[in-house]
Amino acid sequence: MSDADTPLQPRRSGLSRRQKRSISRGVQYAVFVAVVIAFAVTADWGRLQNQFFQWDLVKQMFPEVITLALKNTVLYTTFGFVVGLALGIVVALMRLSSVGPYRWAAGIYIEVFRGLPALTIFIFVGVAVPLAFPGTAIPGGTYGKVAIALGLVGAAYMAETFRAGIQAVPKGQMEAARSLGFSHARAMVSIIVPQAFRIILPPLTNELVTLFKDSSLVLFLGVTLEERELSKYGRDLASTTANSTPILVAGLCYLLVTVPLGYLVRRLETKTGEATK
Amino acid sequence: MSTPEIQVKDLHKSFGDNEVLRGIDLEVGQGEVVCVIGPSGSGKSTLLRCVNLLEEPSKGQVFVGGTEVTHADVDIDAVRRRIGMVFQQFNLFPHLSVTGNLTLPQRRVLGRDKAEAARIAAENLDRVGLAEKADAYPASLSGGQQQRVAIARALAMGPDVMLFDEPTSALDPELVGEVLAVMRMLADEGMTMMVVTHEMSFAREVADRVVFMDGGVIVEDGAPAQVIGNPAHERTRHFLSRLLDPAMADVEDRTPERPDQE
Repeated sequence: MSDADTPLQPRRSGLSRRQKRSISRGVQYAVFVAVVIAFAVTADWGRLQNQFFQWDLVKQMFPEVITLALKNTVLYTTFGFVVGLALGIVVALMRLSSVGPYRWAAGIYIEVFRGLPALTIFIFVGVAVPLAFPGTAIPGGTYGKVAIALGLVGAAYMAETFRAGIQAVPKGQMEAARSLGFSHARAMVSIIVPQAFRIILPPLTNELVTLFKDSSLVLFLGVTLEERELSKYGRDLASTTANSTPILVAGLCYLLVTVPLGYLVRRLETKTGEATK
Repeated sequence: MSTPEIQVKDLHKSFGDNEVLRGIDLEVGQGEVVCVIGPSGSGKSTLLRCVNLLEEPSKGQVFVGGTEVTHADVDIDAVRRRIGMVFQQFNLFPHLSVTGNLTLPQRRVLGRDKAEAARIAAENLDRVGLAEKADAYPASLSGGQQQRVAIARALAMGPDVMLFDEPTSALDPELVGEVLAVMRMLADEGMTMMVVTHEMSFAREVADRVVFMDGGVIVEDGAPAQVIGNPAHERTRHFLSRLLDPAMADVEDRTPERPDQE
């Protein structure tokens, strides 16, 4: 940043640049302080504490919020991520195929499932499919349904990530491998994919965070007590106790996972950034 | 004379409407070092890439060691094992150490066991003078070192022929010498080499033959003293004069005529 005053420019007002800057900063601080004070004065602190920080309610939630709700959220996410990863690789390879119909089918899949809200897909898998094909049960019950719904959504995004990752590996890498006698498939497995994987690790981790949050949509499938995850668990308890504390606790449990993952993504990004320099 | 190591017959190559090679006939004998020179866009790199089929020729035949590379039923991976290639941009595998770059192809392609691959890798790193960089990663090496590793990687496969595609063009001037020294060593050992290069001193001193290409055809083919020292064609003379003394080129020489002016 250059702080130097440029003497060549004519002064429009009597204030120097430095003076203008300190006035601007002073105004920003003043607005911030005013908003904080206004909130502190107008808020009904007793009521807020009663609604969000009922300590005995918090204690009542443990350990079930972790051993049941968070566990189920993690399970749903993991299943969905695995399905999405497998399906995503297939769709990405189809997208890069030399066979036209494969490319088109993969393209349509990606457009459709990236264009639909995740909730619509959950309803489709949970309600529409069982109605349309009576008698065919999705294996694994709710876990299977969530894995498929999350997998379908995740695969569309992950397929694009894989494709971009594979295409980001310089062409010379494939040429070097082929000229050493590698077959195309073997060069892909030994040379291209390991490099692509490093490139896509940050966006893939972001996708994991997205799926982790989207797993809350299982709420709309109708689950048994044992199958409740964080959002459902928090909401149920909030409505039975007529208090918002369980939702706050559930929210904090999400952050417990998403914040470290977000930190990990930024670490990975700087690492790959350095490696490609 | 035995059958030539590389034989190119009436080779044509087009990219869309752009005909880059317009009928090339060329032979490289066993142990011969042939330098291919010419202006950019003359098709010299494409010719080299057609020899190991990185580019598919539009027409014509290529034989390497008696095998027709351009035959539809050829096992191209098997043929390529006998042809080492060195690229302008080195193309080392950045996710592998120097040793990994040399051992992975040996193990995956030739099926050598770990100990043997490591031994051959060490031998070849020693040949290019980089034994102490065995555990380094490509990104930590200078351009000249990377290119020497790339040469060692190709040599570790035990090729009969080495192709060099402008191996020193991406290097800082002071690093060119170390790569040329390794190539000269290979030539002295009797390796069959085809080298696309702009290094005239290397061509003059190391090559057995120099081939001058322009506009997709071979214009001149002969001993270095003849092609570089006393070229028979005006196009060769013109190219060499610009290459040896770039500061003296005329402006009109380089600027294509523009119809909207004058």
